Amino acid sequence: MASHLALLVVFAGLVSTVFALLLRDDARSRLRFGLLCFGAFVASVFAAGWLMYPLPG
Amino acid sequence: MPDSTTRTAVGARSAIPACILAWLLPGAGHLYLGRTAKGLGFLGALGALFVLGVAMDAQLRFPFPVVFEDPLAVLRSTAQMAIGLPYLAARSLGFVSGDVTSPLFEYGNTFTEVGGLLNILVILDAHDVAVGRRP
Repeated sequence: MASHLALLVVFAGLVSTVFALLLRDDARSRLRFGLLCFGAFVASVFAAGWLMYPLPG
Repeated sequence: MPDSTTRTAVGARSAIPACILAWLLPGAGHLYLGRTAKGLGFLGALGALFVLGVAMDAQLRFPFPVVFEDPLAVLRSTAQMAIGLPYLAARSLGFVSGDVTSPLFEYGNTFTEVGGLLNILVILDAHDVAVGRRP
C-alpha cells in the first residue's frame, strides 16, 4: 500500500466519484464526468512528475 | 441538467435536519431526503477516504485551543472535523497523534482533510436538494 501510484489512483477514484455525484445529475453523465475527472487527476500528476524530473533531488 | 420543472422540492423544512445529518455522517443527509444512490455513493467514497487516511497514520488533532505558531494546522484539523461522527469515533478509538515517522503520514493527513472538505460540499448539496435547487 506504500506505492505512490496506487495511492494516487485510489485518491483520484474516490474524489472523482464525489465530484461526479455532486456535479452531474444522471447516471450516464456522471460516469462520463467521473472518468474524465479521474483521467485528469492521473494525467496531471504524470505531467507534473515529468516537469519536475530535471530538478535536482 | 434537467429542466427545472422536473425538479422535486423536498421542502424547506427538511433543510436543517438534512444538513445536520449530512455533517454527522457523509451521505446521511441525502439518504434522509430520499436520494439513496447519491447518499450511498457519498457514504462509500468519503467513508473510504477517511478510513484509509486514518489507517495511513493520519494525525487527528483537535483544532482548539488555537496554536498561533502553526495556524495552518488549525485549518487542517478543522477540515478533518467536517467529516462529523467518523472523526469523533476515530479519536475515541485512540487514533489521535498519528505516526509522524510513517512514510504514509502525509498521505493520511491529506486523505482525511480532503474527505472533510468534500463533506462540506456534500452538506451544501443536501441543502440545495432540500430547498429544491437541485434534483
